[in-house]
Amino acid sequence: MFAAALIVFRESLEAALFVGIVAAATRQLAGRTRWLSAGVGIGVLGALLLALMAQHVSGWFDGLGQDVVNIAVLSVALTMLLWHCIWVAAHSKDMAMEARSLGTSVQQGQRKPWALLTAVALAVLREGAETVLFVGGALTGGTGTSTPEVVLSVAVGVGLGVGAGMIIYGGLSRIPTRHVFATTNVLIAILAGSIASQLVKSLIQAGFIERWSSPLWDTSASLAPDSALGTFLHALVGYDARPSAAQLASYVAVLALIYAGTRLLRRSSRAP
Amino acid sequence: MVGYSRLFAVALAAGFLSIGGARAAEPEVLLVIKNHRFEPAEVKVPAGQRVKLIVHNQDSTPEEFESHSLNREKVVPGGAKATIYVGPLKAGRYEFFGEYNEATAKGAVVAE
Repeated sequence: MFAAALIVFRESLEAALFVGIVAAATRQLAGRTRWLSAGVGIGVLGALLLALMAQHVSGWFDGLGQDVVNIAVLSVALTMLLWHCIWVAAHSKDMAMEARSLGTSVQQGQRKPWALLTAVALAVLREGAETVLFVGGALTGGTGTSTPEVVLSVAVGVGLGVGAGMIIYGGLSRIPTRHVFATTNVLIAILAGSIASQLVKSLIQAGFIERWSSPLWDTSASLAPDSALGTFLHALVGYDARPSAAQLASYVAVLALIYAGTRLLRRSSRAP
Repeated sequence: MVGYSRLFAVALAAGFLSIGGARAAEPEVLLVIKNHRFEPAEVKVPAGQRVKLIVHNQDSTPEEFESHSLNREKVVPGGAKATIYVGPLKAGRYEFFGEYNEATAKGAVVAE
């Protein structure tokens, strides 16, 4: 029972933290709650659909179906986050101006952060599908767990995950408006790096990459990946106890790309 | 023209053969999940070579194949077969488990 709640919590944590960060990043946008809920809703629907099709999907591509779906989801999510980081860099001047002057909500309302909405939906979809599959198995499996117990452990697991998301949102909301963009942008850039690393890991697991696939180091003795802190750091910054060179390279490359792209766009947007 | 198309066909066939050859050269290991246990619980694989692990879940419930030392995790739905590539591994023992039934589903890959 405790184990089931823990599994659900682990799956929901990453998506919940992501939603919390996005919610803080878009605090000033009109209609934010509406589209953020839409993103989560689409993600949940997609997760249910994917879980229903799981057995079928698993057999695709000679047993690699799930990895291929994961790779597609992660690729799109990564593109969306990169797009968002670049979009923010290109508009940072207008956004800073709008933040200073009140009453520009109409203008802000026209901005729909589609990239973030898609990324939120995909994060919920990816983590949600595994949760749905696990819960479905627990309900039908007859492993001695009664239905109320399963329902309770799901509620506890999801509740704790959502709680973590709310805590990070609450923390970020305390940051003064001037700095909130900078902070959430750094967090979103790190999440992009983390997604790139997970993408490469999926590619290695599916056998599409063989080069640089051996682990570079092993920190599992000092920080176990299944410990509370390890799980949290995995969800927030993509902590991996045994990262391969390919994973590390993709992580660094994405951060470098965002950093360079942001600087370049800032400089050109400053020019008249 | 005929010569070219024949040459192309030969090149294509050679290409397929080389892809097929590369794939076939990979050692395959079959793991079965039954009653929330892995069978066999210990599999030997060659070290220094990538290995294709095929996990066949014969239970009706899903299982997540997970290994921290192999750095792999993959959900295998009930009744489904999943392919997981591992390694190339250094000689040693790499434990894995089924995350959804951790009490019983345990095993290890031994590379030598």
